[in-house]
Amino acid sequence: MAVGKEIRTKIGSIKNTQKITRAMEMVAASKMRKTKDRMQATKPYSKKIGQIIKHLAHANPEYKHPFLLPRDPKRVGIIVISSDRGLCGGLNSNLFRRVLSQLTQWEKAGIEVDVCTIGSKAAGFFGGLKTNLIGQVSKLGDTPHLNDIIGVIKIMLDGYEQGRIDELYVVSNEFVNTMTQRPTIEKLLPVAADELNEQLSGHWDYLYEPDAKEVLDQLLTRYVESIVYQGLVENNACEQAARMVAMKSASDNAGKLIKELQLIYNKARQASITQEISEIVAGAAAV
Amino acid sequence: MTMTIHVDIVSAENEIFSGLAEMVFAPAELGEVGIAPRHAPFISKLRPGEVRVKVNDKESYPFYVSGGLLEVQPHLVTVLADTAVRAKDIDEAAALEAKARAEEALADRSGKIDYATAQAQLAEAVMQLRTLDRLRKRGG
Repeated sequence: MAVGKEIRTKIGSIKNTQKITRAMEMVAASKMRKTKDRMQATKPYSKKIGQIIKHLAHANPEYKHPFLLPRDPKRVGIIVISSDRGLCGGLNSNLFRRVLSQLTQWEKAGIEVDVCTIGSKAAGFFGGLKTNLIGQVSKLGDTPHLNDIIGVIKIMLDGYEQGRIDELYVVSNEFVNTMTQRPTIEKLLPVAADELNEQLSGHWDYLYEPDAKEVLDQLLTRYVESIVYQGLVENNACEQAARMVAMKSASDNAGKLIKELQLIYNKARQASITQEISEIVAGAAAV
Repeated sequence: MTMTIHVDIVSAENEIFSGLAEMVFAPAELGEVGIAPRHAPFISKLRPGEVRVKVNDKESYPFYVSGGLLEVQPHLVTVLADTAVRAKDIDEAAALEAKARAEEALADRSGKIDYATAQAQLAEAVMQLRTLDRLRKRGG
C-alpha cells in the first residue's frame, strides 16, 4: 500500500534524530556530573586565596601593590569565557548579550575595551565583531588545566601593570542549578577590599619572604588566575547542564512530532481503506 | 594534649590536605621553615620541594609541591600549591601564543564561508558516490 510513504519516511528520520538527541542528553548528563565534581574541587583553592587576600587587606603592608589601588577607568580589559561547542541552548548567546549590553554602556561612557576570549564560541563571536581582541584560547576540552589559560591572563595582567587597562573583568556563566545558568560579570582588578573583619583589624603585618613586592605579585597573580580558572570550570559545568536540558527538550519535541505525524498517517491510511471498500461495494452493486 | 594548628594544602585543581597538625615544614624561598602553632603572621613564596605535615609523633605526611605560596596565621597554615612548573619565560611564551591565536581568529573571518563551501563540496562528493553506486548496481 503506497499511502503516506512520505509521512513514514519523515517519522523514521525524526526517530533517528530523537535517538541522537537522547544519546547526547545522556552523555551531557554524565559529563555534567564530572564537571560539577571538578567545579567543587577547585572551590577550596579560590576560597583560601580569597581569604588570604582579605587578610592582606587588613594587614598594613609598607608596599602598595598596583592591583590593590583603584584607578580611573579609561580602558578596561574583559575576559570572556564561553563553551567550545554549540547545541547547548541559549547559554552562549545569553552570555554574549550580557557582554554586549555592558560594552555599549562602556562605549557611551567613552571607555575603550580590550577583549580576551576563552572558548571557540566567544572567539568566533568577538572575532567577527569590531572589538579589540588581543588574546584567545580555545579547544580546552572537558578537563581544562590552569596551564592552558595562563597566556590570556598574562596578557591582561601585563596590560594592567603597564597601565594599558585600568580595570579587568571576567565574564562567565554561573551555575545556579541544573536548569538555571546565569551570565555574570565579575570585577577582578583592582581587587576590592571587603568590609573590615573585627578580629583581624588592628596594626599588624605579615613577615614577608623574600619581600612584600615579590610575594604580593605572585599572590595576586595566582588570585586572578584562580578566579578565571574557577570561572572556566564552572562554565564547563553550565555547558553540560544547558546541553542536557536542551537535548531533553529536543527529544521531547521530537516525540510530540512523531505522535502527530503518526496520527496523520493513521488517518490517511484509514481514509484510503474506507475509500477502497466503498469502491468495491459500489462496484459490486453495479454488477 | 599538644597544641595543634589547622593546615590546608590546596592546589588550583583540587584540595590536597586539610586537618590539624603539630607542625608543618615547608620549603620557603629563603630556606626551609618549620611552622609551629601560634606562629606570627607570615607569608612566603615556596620553592619546589617537600611540604611535610607532622600530625603527631607517629604520623607525618609528605607532599611534593612545584612552587606556590605559604600563608601563616597564628592558628592556620595555608599552602597554595602551584599545579604546574611555572617560570617567567614559560608564562611569556603562553601569552604570545594566546595572542597569535587571537590574530588568527581575526584573520579567519571567512571561516563561515569556507564551512559552506566545504559542505557544498561534501554534498557533491556524496552525490558522486551515490551515482557510482547506482552505476555499479546496474552493471552488476
